[in-house]
Amino acid sequence: MRAEALLDTRSSLDIQAVSKSYRVDGKPREILRDIRFTVEPGELVSVIGASGCGKSTLLRLIIGLDTDYEGDILLDGRSIDGPTADRGIVFQEPRLFPWLSVEQNIALGLDSSGASPAEVKRIVTEHIEIVRLNGFARAYPHQLSGGMAQRAAIARALVSRPKILLLDEPLGALDSQTRAYMQDELLEIWRREKITIVMVTHDIEEAVYLSDKIVVMEPEPGRVCGIVSIDAPHPRRRGTSKFSALKDRVLSVLVRTQSAASAGLVRSHPAAQGGIARRYG
Amino acid sequence: MPENKYDVFLRGLAFPAVLVLAWILVGQFGLIDPRLLVPVQRVIAVPFFDPDGRTIWLSLVTSLVRMVAGFLIGGGLGILIGFVIGTSSLANRLIGPSFTAVRQITVFAWIPLLTAWFGNSDGAKLVFIALSAFFPAALNTQQGLRDVPIALIETSHVMRLSWRTHLFRLLLPSALPSIAIGIEIALISAWIGTVGAEYAMGFGRGIGIFLAEGRVQFRMDIVLIGVVTLALVGYGMNIVLRCGLRRLVPWQRQNS
Repeated sequence: MRAEALLDTRSSLDIQAVSKSYRVDGKPREILRDIRFTVEPGELVSVIGASGCGKSTLLRLIIGLDTDYEGDILLDGRSIDGPTADRGIVFQEPRLFPWLSVEQNIALGLDSSGASPAEVKRIVTEHIEIVRLNGFARAYPHQLSGGMAQRAAIARALVSRPKILLLDEPLGALDSQTRAYMQDELLEIWRREKITIVMVTHDIEEAVYLSDKIVVMEPEPGRVCGIVSIDAPHPRRRGTSKFSALKDRVLSVLVRTQSAASAGLVRSHPAAQGGIARRYG
Repeated sequence: MPENKYDVFLRGLAFPAVLVLAWILVGQFGLIDPRLLVPVQRVIAVPFFDPDGRTIWLSLVTSLVRMVAGFLIGGGLGILIGFVIGTSSLANRLIGPSFTAVRQITVFAWIPLLTAWFGNSDGAKLVFIALSAFFPAALNTQQGLRDVPIALIETSHVMRLSWRTHLFRLLLPSALPSIAIGIEIALISAWIGTVGAEYAMGFGRGIGIFLAEGRVQFRMDIVLIGVVTLALVGYGMNIVLRCGLRRLVPWQRQNS
């Protein structure tokens, strides 16, 4: 196990004291304050929190769409500077180009790789199989269901073989049945590709079902109020008492924060900055 | 009730048919002075048997060639300029305001200036037609590029698409419906500009000049056949455009 980890080509991600402010009406507005957490190589980490806690902003910083922040974001120890091929992202909406077929859309992910047309063809076909869109290579986005379009978007993010995959509520817009199915697909891809994943979600059950570690955030300004490690093996069963206990543990971190917020105690809350981090890790 | 193309066409024909019938009846019963409203059969005979009326064919061809030339120059430049100010924020800041100001001038206000510079020559007409086609083409191209969804532009950045892929797989396809509308309006403007320039500047040949001469000589049969010809050309252009543009933007048809 240890030796395998040493040979690993997977990436680690280090978020060090990241803060971010926007200017609204000339006044600075704090979006993220002192975010710190680490994602180990091959880990699947969820970032969870109420809307407005800056989870999506954090992903935008990690992918490199926004480079105006304080602190450091290190990928394998190196500071990031703009988008590169070693990070892929799937947004909440599939964001496929409507005028391109599924295979053309997925091939866009290889545009900057310099792969030959034959290679592109092979890699795209391979990934269409991975996300189980066989038979839909020539289909256009408007001919796909929401789940299928999102799978095409995942394939597009995977073709360039990123070391780390960022997911911004990728299943948020899907119905619960498709969602449960896609969660299993995601786990399968994660296992197969041996990839590091950071996923933003607002669904506690989804986070517990998928993650090795859950970063719980609270809003205004966005801060980390706790990190919960989930050490249960996959596949996890949703109905079991163990699963419920894990959900409750995450929920307690969230609720504690909220009651503290309503009592006006947020700033001095001891759970901030990973108060219960790694206790179970 | 089944609605096929044939039915739609017939229904569209009903109103003109009523008008023509009224025209025939008015002529039969002599309700209006035939010098003002020439009977239908005489108007139809004009392009074939009247020595003055027969010039309509050459006039029409001249006008169409003039329109196409002006449209290609003005529309082409319009798409080019619209593309530059639609994609470059620097260009937009530099020439955008002037562009917006000049656009406010009614194209016909250019005629005195153009005739002063170029005389009543073909050149003046061509510049005027190009000007008519330029603004709609430029404006719609710029609009189309400005409306490319930010979400897709971000996706392009994240995937680090090359500028060529960015241009041909994102910007152009996304702006194409708007550019197509620009081309459509530019062509119609070019046609209006052609007839307007000929009518206002005179000199030489063209359907607008044919009309102006009919008016001067008080030949209402020539004026009427000229007007009918204008309507037919406009209608024909619409059909050609609709078929052509639908082929240009195939993914939109599937959406609707």
